[in-house]
Amino acid sequence: MPTLKTAELGTFSRIAGIGAYRAENLVTNDDIAGPINSSDEWIRQRTGIVTRRRASKDVGVLDMCEEAALEAIASSGLKPEDIGGIIISTVTFPYFTPSAAAALTDRLGTGPIPAWDISAACAGYCYGISQADALVRAGTMDNVLVIGAEKLSDIIDPEDRSISFILGDGAGAVVVSSSDEPGISKTVWGSKGESWSTIRMTDSLLDIRDNRELPFPTLRQDGPNVFRWAVWDGAEVAKEALTAAGIEAGDLAAFVPHQANMRIIDELAKQLKLPESVVIARDIADNGNTSAASIPLATERLLREQPELSGGLALQIGFGAGLVFGAQVVRLP
Amino acid sequence: MAFTEAEVLAGLAEIVNEETGLAVEAVEANKSFTDDLDIDSISMMTIVVNAEKKFGVKIPDDDVKDLVTVQDAVDYINKAQEA
Repeated sequence: MPTLKTAELGTFSRIAGIGAYRAENLVTNDDIAGPINSSDEWIRQRTGIVTRRRASKDVGVLDMCEEAALEAIASSGLKPEDIGGIIISTVTFPYFTPSAAAALTDRLGTGPIPAWDISAACAGYCYGISQADALVRAGTMDNVLVIGAEKLSDIIDPEDRSISFILGDGAGAVVVSSSDEPGISKTVWGSKGESWSTIRMTDSLLDIRDNRELPFPTLRQDGPNVFRWAVWDGAEVAKEALTAAGIEAGDLAAFVPHQANMRIIDELAKQLKLPESVVIARDIADNGNTSAASIPLATERLLREQPELSGGLALQIGFGAGLVFGAQVVRLP
Repeated sequence: MAFTEAEVLAGLAEIVNEETGLAVEAVEANKSFTDDLDIDSISMMTIVVNAEKKFGVKIPDDDVKDLVTVQDAVDYINKAQEA
């Protein structure tokens, strides 16, 4: 029997560069409060959101991906042809198939590389980082483009009081590259399938095919239950991620949780007993909840506004519809 | 060790005070968490989780909506302690 040849094992992985697309339209609380009988004060008090950014009708998920990707590739000192694979986490690319990632290879001019989408909602970026880390360390690819991109404004209902008013659009991208030093820790990730309907679409597309009276599907959530799960289960996941990385909270330069709700972020930080030296990402106040894009967008902003964080360790945790969760520690590019 | 009804009420008042800043005396048994004490659904979840820890009981998500008044929560915790 012949022995199969396999990929030569790689060494370590790291995030080499980062890029962002922020949607052009700033939407205030007053702009959206009317249909939900709400107010700027109510929205701020319950979510910490002051504004969210939403894309114009003619800007799609792929446009957002392209802009964020080009910035990430350039900031990594690479060219599109250096990229070995593309992973896009999105729940708002409007086709079952083909994937957004396959289309992006053509737009970027990467050549005929592996490219695929993943569906892990607000945990999707951390899932993508875990996949890219494994691919690089396995020696399968040297440079993997990981993107979180969402046009959530396509799946909102202006009269929904459960989630629509917090959502925004955007894309964040990073390049995960081979490295002599470890730059991404083991991911702690998983799912809670018994809570599948906690964050959900109103109807399936097949329901709508069979009953044309139904409206276009939009997103809903059981907010208080999500809050409870995200904070107290999320804190345990975050602690496990620190342990898996072999570090303590005091070793962190930054904490970058999914930007779901300011009260989740604040309560998570409280449960983790983070020292004051740890910078906490609070991009949500200005940019809203952008699901899979929120962690890379918040990270990009931290690095732009506080460049001294570069090279430091960041704990990132995503959690969302599934329910699914993922957390890891990364060295900031 | 089971808590008495008075101890549960006093303990809940402390938890509400920590979460909202409301005076413990304001947390009376007949008060509604939402209408009288102005506690929103997210703060209510924090209160529930802290009550679970303090009294050693489980309060599942689906049961939280039934805790309308402070007395509802006291009764629920007392019953859960006996289980």
